[in-house]
Amino acid sequence: LQHRKNLTFDHLINGPLTPEQKVISHNNFYEFGTAKTDPVNKAQGFKVEPWKLVIEGEVAKPMTLDYDDLFKLAPLEERIYRLRCVEAWSMVVPWLGFPLAALLKRAEPTSKAKYVAFETLYDPEQMPGQSNRFLGGGIDYPYVEGLRMDEAMNELTLLSVGLYGKTLPPQNGAPIRLVVPWKYGFKSIKSIVRIRLTETQPPSTWNLLAAHEYGFYANVNPAVDHPRWSQASERRIGAGGLLSAKRIPTEPFNGYGDYVASLYQGMDLTRYY
Amino acid sequence: MSNRGLILLKTALHLACGLPLLYLWLAVQSRAAGGDPVQYLIHFLGMGILNTLAATLLVSPLARWRRWPWLMRVRRLLGLWCFTYALLHLAAFLVFDLLLDWSLLLGEVVKRPYITVGMVAFVVLLALAVTSPKLAQRKLGRRWQALHRWVYLVAILGPVHFWWSVKSGNWEPALYLSGFLLLLAWRYKVLIPKRVFRRLGADSKG
Repeated sequence: LQHRKNLTFDHLINGPLTPEQKVISHNNFYEFGTAKTDPVNKAQGFKVEPWKLVIEGEVAKPMTLDYDDLFKLAPLEERIYRLRCVEAWSMVVPWLGFPLAALLKRAEPTSKAKYVAFETLYDPEQMPGQSNRFLGGGIDYPYVEGLRMDEAMNELTLLSVGLYGKTLPPQNGAPIRLVVPWKYGFKSIKSIVRIRLTETQPPSTWNLLAAHEYGFYANVNPAVDHPRWSQASERRIGAGGLLSAKRIPTEPFNGYGDYVASLYQGMDLTRYY
Repeated sequence: MSNRGLILLKTALHLACGLPLLYLWLAVQSRAAGGDPVQYLIHFLGMGILNTLAATLLVSPLARWRRWPWLMRVRRLLGLWCFTYALLHLAAFLVFDLLLDWSLLLGEVVKRPYITVGMVAFVVLLALAVTSPKLAQRKLGRRWQALHRWVYLVAILGPVHFWWSVKSGNWEPALYLSGFLLLLAWRYKVLIPKRVFRRLGADSKG
């Protein structure tokens, strides 16, 4: 894919890139099964063309985009971001994409637009986890996520259509996914078919499933532990064998505090976790 | 059963318990266990504990039901495999996940109930493994039996630890928990003190 390199955030990654082979074979995508190896094994037949992405709700110009549109909305740039999973492992990934703000501005949000709601494709025939509760981890599909409007418009927030210079593999959320690097990975919803601007806070899947463990904000925060494990440090997946990983301290907002801490001024982050 | 038959059976059980480890090693080497096999490793070894524990707890009901007293002679072997898997499970967590951060391990054991539960189960299995040689059995006498009944606690704590560790979808832990509860129910005469048991019996008559 044609793109330019955006190096603005490279100084924050704190370590080498995670090898492509690991990025595309260690995935949480419960629509294909709950094991980390399920998505790479079960998603290869996933059809991304034709695709339909709808932008609707509190916008002056609702839109329906097809597969080709996704790559033409804005110039593609490569951004290297940290990815911190709520399970306390992390990677460094070179994404290809464009700012979510570029798309939202085109749709012209109305003054009532306070939140952005996202929805993953619902297609039980292609996604075995959606047709079988045992495979899908007991989640009510489709997977939904949400951001506050100012979070969605932040320059870090990316809609990604590729990684390592190529289009996204299905297990990483093809054809289009969200990347919000200062939040735990589950906020970065995959295979998006609907973006709806709303006046009230939209529901989010993991929050619905276990509200005491997963909040709406889900900002990376070493000071607020998950009830069942510590978030103070993370296992940075290494480039080599099992012992090439490193345990490193987790940073507030995953190291992106300079860009986003101001969004949460005055908020009690132990309450709004 | 003849001595030869018993040796064959023991060999078969050793293979049944040991070959999954070879499979695990190959899965990690060939990347079938994924780009980052840490969670796969820990989970696989954890399932090994539960399966060998189930086999161990099946021995005596099966021996009594089929009247196969010789079967009791494979129980220690299965129990030691169970401990082996527990040791490897804990080691994989400490070495591959926590990357030998001992203070983090201690912190988690104290702070996280599901880790506490797992660690208690491990300590019990360690005590049982250490006292498994015949010499220890002779030295402990009657207390040996009492000590080894603690395995019933492990049969509860193991699936609870599993249940607590998953993010969602508890059907598999639930299956193990109910299976172990059945195996314990079969032993109700041992588990309920004789006095209580007699009173329950008297109640049902009166």
